[in-house]
Amino acid sequence: MTIQVIALILIMGGIYWLARNTVQNLSELGKDFDFGFLSQRAGYDINQRLVEYTNDSTHARAALVGILNTLLVAFLGCLMATILGVIAGVLRLSKNWIVGRLMTVYVEGFRNVPLLLWIIAIFAVMTEATPQPRDFRGDDPDASMILGESVAITNRGIFIPSPVWGDGAMLLVLTFVASLVAIFLFRRFAHKRQEATGEILPVLWVSLGLFIVPTLLVYLAYSATGARDQFPVLAVGAQQGMTLEEFTDENRNPAICALPRTAAVNLSTDLRAIGERASIVPVETPADLQSNIESGECVLAVISPEAGETLVAGVEGVALAPLEDTVDRGRPLQFERPQLAGFNFEGGLQLRNSLIALWFALSLYTGAFIAEIVRAGILAVSHGQTEAAGALGMRSNRIMNLVVLPQALRVIIPPLISQYLNLTKNSSLAIAVGYMDVRATLGGITINQTGRELEGMLLLGLFYLITSLAIAGVMNIYNASVKLKER
Amino acid sequence: MSDTHSESALHTAYVRKEMLPERDPPASQKGAVLWMRENLFSSIPNAIMTVVSLYVIYYILAGIGPWMIGGIWDAESLTECRAIRDELYGHGREVACWAVITDRWHQLLFGFYPQDLYWRPILTLVLFGVAVAPVLFENAPRPLLIVTALFPFVAYFLLWGGSVWGPAAVAVGFILAWAILTYTQDILGSLAATLAAIVVPLLYWLYLVGPVAGWLHGLAPIGIEAVGSDEIGGFLLALVIGGTGIILSLPIGILLALGRQSDLFIINKCSVIFIEVIRGVPLIVWLFTASLLLNYFLPPGTNFDLMLRVIIMVTLFASAYIAEVVRGGLAALPRGQYEGADSLGLNYWQSMQLIVLPQALKISIPGIVSTFIGLFKDTTLVVFVGLSDPIGFSNLIRATSEWNGIYWELFIFIGICFWIFCFSMSRYSQWLERKLNTGHR
Repeated sequence: MTIQVIALILIMGGIYWLARNTVQNLSELGKDFDFGFLSQRAGYDINQRLVEYTNDSTHARAALVGILNTLLVAFLGCLMATILGVIAGVLRLSKNWIVGRLMTVYVEGFRNVPLLLWIIAIFAVMTEATPQPRDFRGDDPDASMILGESVAITNRGIFIPSPVWGDGAMLLVLTFVASLVAIFLFRRFAHKRQEATGEILPVLWVSLGLFIVPTLLVYLAYSATGARDQFPVLAVGAQQGMTLEEFTDENRNPAICALPRTAAVNLSTDLRAIGERASIVPVETPADLQSNIESGECVLAVISPEAGETLVAGVEGVALAPLEDTVDRGRPLQFERPQLAGFNFEGGLQLRNSLIALWFALSLYTGAFIAEIVRAGILAVSHGQTEAAGALGMRSNRIMNLVVLPQALRVIIPPLISQYLNLTKNSSLAIAVGYMDVRATLGGITINQTGRELEGMLLLGLFYLITSLAIAGVMNIYNASVKLKER
Repeated sequence: MSDTHSESALHTAYVRKEMLPERDPPASQKGAVLWMRENLFSSIPNAIMTVVSLYVIYYILAGIGPWMIGGIWDAESLTECRAIRDELYGHGREVACWAVITDRWHQLLFGFYPQDLYWRPILTLVLFGVAVAPVLFENAPRPLLIVTALFPFVAYFLLWGGSVWGPAAVAVGFILAWAILTYTQDILGSLAATLAAIVVPLLYWLYLVGPVAGWLHGLAPIGIEAVGSDEIGGFLLALVIGGTGIILSLPIGILLALGRQSDLFIINKCSVIFIEVIRGVPLIVWLFTASLLLNYFLPPGTNFDLMLRVIIMVTLFASAYIAEVVRGGLAALPRGQYEGADSLGLNYWQSMQLIVLPQALKISIPGIVSTFIGLFKDTTLVVFVGLSDPIGFSNLIRATSEWNGIYWELFIFIGICFWIFCFSMSRYSQWLERKLNTGHR
């Protein structure tokens, strides 16, 4: 008891001493302790964002963008690290000598070199060893796109096709959700059936079929019918019967507003065929489209024939007329390919080098640790278990699913989750490549601009602490559920 | 029976009289062929994997092998390197320019440490080897432990230089603590003696060390050339930060683990909060805290070395991780060990020191060493608060006009150095694990 009291006094004294010093130092610097800076204008740009953000947004918004970026790279990293780690861990146990050695080299190589070095090295590969976008130009280019002209690896990042949702997307999503529900129900039914009669239904194949077939059927059916519908192209200031080519001769590089968006992508492809570059203005509703036309933000509009007539009649201030050419309405889900335009690629999705380098380095590094965890987990299941299951007459995939994996997972999951935790914390090394994570926005530029080190670092620390505790809490719940039930 | 045998022998045309000599197994059942069949081509998927792996190895070696082997070792700058390359191999072939390593290795290893004083860090490293020998290897001579005890002060003196009396005066504080603990225990009782052994040296270090060292230096000015913290860089910096962090974090971590296992409510809760807060936040945030905020928490006007601040933060960070590893070891120990120690009449510290910790630490060796490896790798993060570790120096070297645009050679050199350190540490831990394994297999 005495020790406790003395410890309490010492600790309180220490905290008091720190707090007094802080107050004194702050007052000497003329600063106060205030989180008001969060609602001030941030005034800096963030090149990668998952939510709407401009430099007019607040510091709190900037912090949110950073948090989402951190979570994005952490999620992608955990996903890829798990895949890599499981493959490497299993292959390291392979009877194949050369494959086992190769995986040992991977694991020992990545585990024993600082993560920072890997991040910088991969970033250097991405920026120094890849072609510039202009190398893709010309008849005999130095570089070319891969995977059927859909992916471009350049020193400005990797450009991949981006998904564009068209009419019928809702139907597609609903079908998919319905088939997920059906899979769930079928699995429950199969389980009950097995309990009752001992009959084993082909759960895997039925699930797989339900997962793919209905959605695919809806997609194909829609693509074969509705997607072929021709939508009129309405142009500002055009005469009746003009073709697209004649119109664009006068209006170079027009802006397009279209509903659905797939029609805009199709129109822009048509325009590219006649040597024009079009920009696409995103619109959500017909009213949106009309106001964009009236304000002159776009000169080409695509909309269904019926809505087009009301649009032509209702639009004010500008003359809108349909052109000779029409355009495909588009399938429920299309992919917009990146296209070379000038000195850079346009369209598609740009994965910046900073994201790629951070993502790959985190995955490869953590994957090496996960490989060791997986290996240890598999080795932890004694061979007797496999043999006993075999003696019961089980087939090898059932032995794997019902005997080995559940026991191995019990060993694997806790350290695996702590690796996920490490990966999330290590994502703060984004600073090395300029990826705009929460440390770079809230803990970097915001602190520099407002001079609020204490508050900024406190919030930053709290974010990481809460994330860690949340993941650790989930881990504990899971651990409790798979733990061997003992007396 | 024997009759029949001899009779039949008469009638048969041939009976083998002697055994044939042993023959070698067929070529496909021995040696390299058998090994390859078993390990590389035992089934069709296996054979495919072998071929794919061989292709991957060939691809990598063909990609970087000629680049590495053809490297140029003797040049003054990247431009000169390229000129030599064009001369040797003709235009269009890329080779490594190792000359950057031969030209700048001393900066990567020692930072801006004065060149004529390189013997001091090297001597420190040798002494470090001598000092850790009795800790790492059981059969090293025991008197070496004196070197171990003195090493921190000698190392500080050798690395930073200055007056000999500074480290000496600090060392006296430890002697003071030891003396109080030994000689006043009977008079004051163990609790009061422990408290006095903590408080008196603290007061001595806070208020007396400076004047005493100054006075002694005035009497006998013995010292060597002082070297500033900003001149220490490269791997020397990584080793100093990593080494100090490793040595200091172990005792703190053990204390924290004991605190977390303790029944005393306040001590338990404080340890838990400390450990979880430290572990929940990335090291880089703590380093920024050290460089941006630490001055807020200290008395106004205090301003000390960034390197020292970083060492403090790294130590606290590592000790939280060590605490969790040791806690695992403590928890893995059967309850009977604690009860057995109690039944022998040992007090808390005695039972910990003699019974519990030796066993718990043995269990936690792999975890402790992997924490140390992690700590050593994490020293690279100090580059972000403005210290020049190897990666910081690779940036500095690249910023010079001679070596602008050089990447891989530096990365490979730094990577290999780190790899050697970390890999040997992990091998040592495996060796120790096997040696300490007293269980039966």
